[in-house]
Amino acid sequence: MTLVARFLRFWWTFIVGDDWRVALGIAVALGLSAVFVKAGVPAWWLVPLGAVLLLADSLRRATRAT
Amino acid sequence: MTSALLFISTFLASGVEFVEALTIVLALGITRGWRSPLVGTAAAALTLGVIVAALGPALTLVPIDVLRLVVGALLLAFGLQWLRKAILRSSGYTALHDEEEAFRLETEQARQASAGRRAGLDWYAFTLAFKGVLLEGLEVAFIVVTFGSSERNIPLAALAGVSALLLVVLAGVALRAPLARVPENTIKFSVGVLLTTFGTFWGAEGTGVSWPGDELALPAIVAFIALSSLALVKLLERRRIRVPAGAPA
Repeated sequence: MTLVARFLRFWWTFIVGDDWRVALGIAVALGLSAVFVKAGVPAWWLVPLGAVLLLADSLRRATRAT
Repeated sequence: MTSALLFISTFLASGVEFVEALTIVLALGITRGWRSPLVGTAAAALTLGVIVAALGPALTLVPIDVLRLVVGALLLAFGLQWLRKAILRSSGYTALHDEEEAFRLETEQARQASAGRRAGLDWYAFTLAFKGVLLEGLEVAFIVVTFGSSERNIPLAALAGVSALLLVVLAGVALRAPLARVPENTIKFSVGVLLTTFGTFWGAEGTGVSWPGDELALPAIVAFIALSSLALVKLLERRRIRVPAGAPA
C-alpha cells in the first residue's frame, strides 16, 4: 500500500470508523435540518432523533452479522 | 455550564486515550529499557503540541456557524462510533477491552523483536512508542482543538487534556503497571454520550437551529442520548440471551 493510500485509509478509519452508513446518515440529518430551518419549520428535534435512530440501526446490523 | 461539560468531556476522552498509550510505553520500557520509548513519547508529544498550536488559532478564524456545523458533524461521527463500541461491549456482543491482556501481548512482542540501534536509540522501542502515543494522542488533539474552538476556549480544553495526561502518567509511574482497574468501557460510554451531545448541539446550531432554552437544552440532550443508549444496551442484552451469538437472528 502506498503512503498516500495509507494516509487516506487512516483518516477514513479515524473519522468514518466501522460503519460508513452512520457518517452518511449524519450528513443527511444535518442537511435535512438546514432545509427545515430554511422552510421555517422548527427542526431542533431532528438531529438528536436522527443520531439515536442511526445508532440503533448500526447496532442492529452489527449484531445481526455476529 | 458548557465550560464544565467541555472540561469533563475533554478530560475523560483524553484519559481513555492516554491509558491506552501508557500501556504501550510501559510494555516497551519494562522489556527494552526506558530511554528509547521515553524519547519516542516526547517526540510524539511535541508533534501533537505543534498540531494543536497550529490548528487552534487557525480554526478561530473560521466563521462560528461553519465551524460548529463541521465540528458538530465530526463529533457526531466520533461520538456515535464510541457509543456503538461501548454498547456492543456492555451488552456482551464483543469482549471488553482488557488492558492487562494488551500489556501482555505488547510485552511478548517487544521481547521477541530484534534490537536494531540507530542514532543511539533502540529503533523498535522508539518507533512503537512514537506511533502509539501519536495515534492515541491525535484523537485527544482533535477533541481539544474542536471543543476549544467551538466554544472559543482552547486554553480550557487544553487544560483538561493536560490534566488527564498528568493523572494517567502519575498513576502509571506509581503503579508501574497497566491501569487495568480503570472502568474503560463506562468512561467510553460516558464520553460517547457527551461527544454525541455536543455534536448534536453544535451541528444543529450550524444548520441554523435555535435550541429551546439555548444552552439549557444541553442537559436534556445528554439525558435523551444517555437513556436511549442504555435502552439499546438492555435491548441487545435481552436479544443476545434469546438468540446466542453465532445463531441466525
